[in-house]
Amino acid sequence: MDHPESGNKRDFLKWVLGSAAVAWLGAVLYPISAYLKPPKQGEVEVSSVKAGKVTDIEKDSGVIVRFGNKPVILIHKATGEFRAFSATCTHLDCTVQYKKDLGMIWCACHNGKYDLNGRNVSGPPPKPLDEYKVVIKDGEILISKIA
Amino acid sequence: MKLTKKLYNWVNERVQLDDLVKFMGKKYVPIHSHSVWYYFGGVSLFLFIIQVVTGILLLLYYKGSEDLAFESIHFIMSKVQFGWLIRSVHSWAANLFVFAAFIHMFSVYFTKAYRKPREITWVTGMLMLFLALGFGFSGYLLPWNELAFFATKVGTDIAGAVPVIGDAVMLFLRGGENVTGATLSRFFGLHVAVFPGIFTVLLFVHLLLVQRQGMSEPLGIEKSQVAPPKTMPFFPNFLLRDVLFWLIVLNILAILAVFFPWELGKKADAFASAPEGIRPEWYFMFMFQTLKMLPAHLWIIEGEVFGILMFGLAGLLWMLVPFWDRKSSQGLENKFINYAGIFAVAYILFCTILGYLV
Repeated sequence: MDHPESGNKRDFLKWVLGSAAVAWLGAVLYPISAYLKPPKQGEVEVSSVKAGKVTDIEKDSGVIVRFGNKPVILIHKATGEFRAFSATCTHLDCTVQYKKDLGMIWCACHNGKYDLNGRNVSGPPPKPLDEYKVVIKDGEILISKIA
Repeated sequence: MKLTKKLYNWVNERVQLDDLVKFMGKKYVPIHSHSVWYYFGGVSLFLFIIQVVTGILLLLYYKGSEDLAFESIHFIMSKVQFGWLIRSVHSWAANLFVFAAFIHMFSVYFTKAYRKPREITWVTGMLMLFLALGFGFSGYLLPWNELAFFATKVGTDIAGAVPVIGDAVMLFLRGGENVTGATLSRFFGLHVAVFPGIFTVLLFVHLLLVQRQGMSEPLGIEKSQVAPPKTMPFFPNFLLRDVLFWLIVLNILAILAVFFPWELGKKADAFASAPEGIRPEWYFMFMFQTLKMLPAHLWIIEGEVFGILMFGLAGLLWMLVPFWDRKSSQGLENKFINYAGIFAVAYILFCTILGYLV
């Protein structure tokens, strides 16, 4: 025979067991999801790097320079001027290069083009490249972040 | 009594093997003008088995770290006896596997074999196809060469462009902000443990359902028949034909692997520009080409985000086709499905060809 009391007890037990199951699941899933998230690596904050001598880079060419853990493209324009930009394409993260025949910065992955001011001028890139400051001191090229 | 018979009886006495043999022998394959498409499921399975075997063999020498991955594949290809062959077979079979799986999927789609009661078979099949692409994408990085490095940068960046969850997904896939050795470790784990584990479960369900429900007949043929359909027992008649087809595929695979050995390329360098002519594997080409053609901005959203959302939506609708194509499940003709399918095939072919031309 069913007693209303036993029904209440059963509901209560179901509730306790259900809550315990949810708590248990949380206790298992939380550490796993936290484990999957990579820890932040202590990065050395770089504010400027030396990119070699002026004579090392011929006119109308570009080189990739390591700026901390990010690539930066240093361009020696045909006019003799130096410009530096982030070398990471704003479209899908590929590394860009200087295309001599076009006189432009070009991304081989999806044919994105930037002018020598870093502006996205054709193809899929949605934003311009971040610019870096170039200073020449005693024939040495110094690239630094623009504050 | 023969030894095999004795052994069979010994096992049968304990686990009633007869029931299983009866269950297996129950399947009949319908014979009609589209029967040829039935072979592609079996071929996909065969190529998957080749992947498992050659993958295990590669694991004996492969080292999944940033410093050693490229060198270990180079070692396999130059020093280990027949190492070049095993690696070449693994790479070629991967491509043939995706190709066979695509044919299998489209044949099931156009014959509407996904219709009730085979919805679960279709969904498990689609999930396996997505996993096959995941296998391809994760395996592509493992040699740690230049092409793989940039393909992974682009691929994971695409995942990162998905609204809301994108950043977390990209961080999870890359094991950090950038593509590094941490990404390689994660992709290695996914490629050799996580994906095969999930794939095996899906494959088991898929095959069990095929066995349980038998093979579907195309709608038109089912309707036009007056007499009972012509069939052939799966075991041994169809299986023997299957094996013959597998043998042909094995020969094609051997020719490709021997005469067109898979290249290793240059070692990845995080501080080098993406090389000219960079392309993904052919099965990602249509998506790659679409992203290339989309403008930077479409109305208020970025072109790439639009492309990714469209592909995601199309993939989801495709996977759920048995649930919204009510007509086919009722045995009625649904021309829209045919047009959508033809459009999808034409779009994939057009963009793939275009991708290789420009």
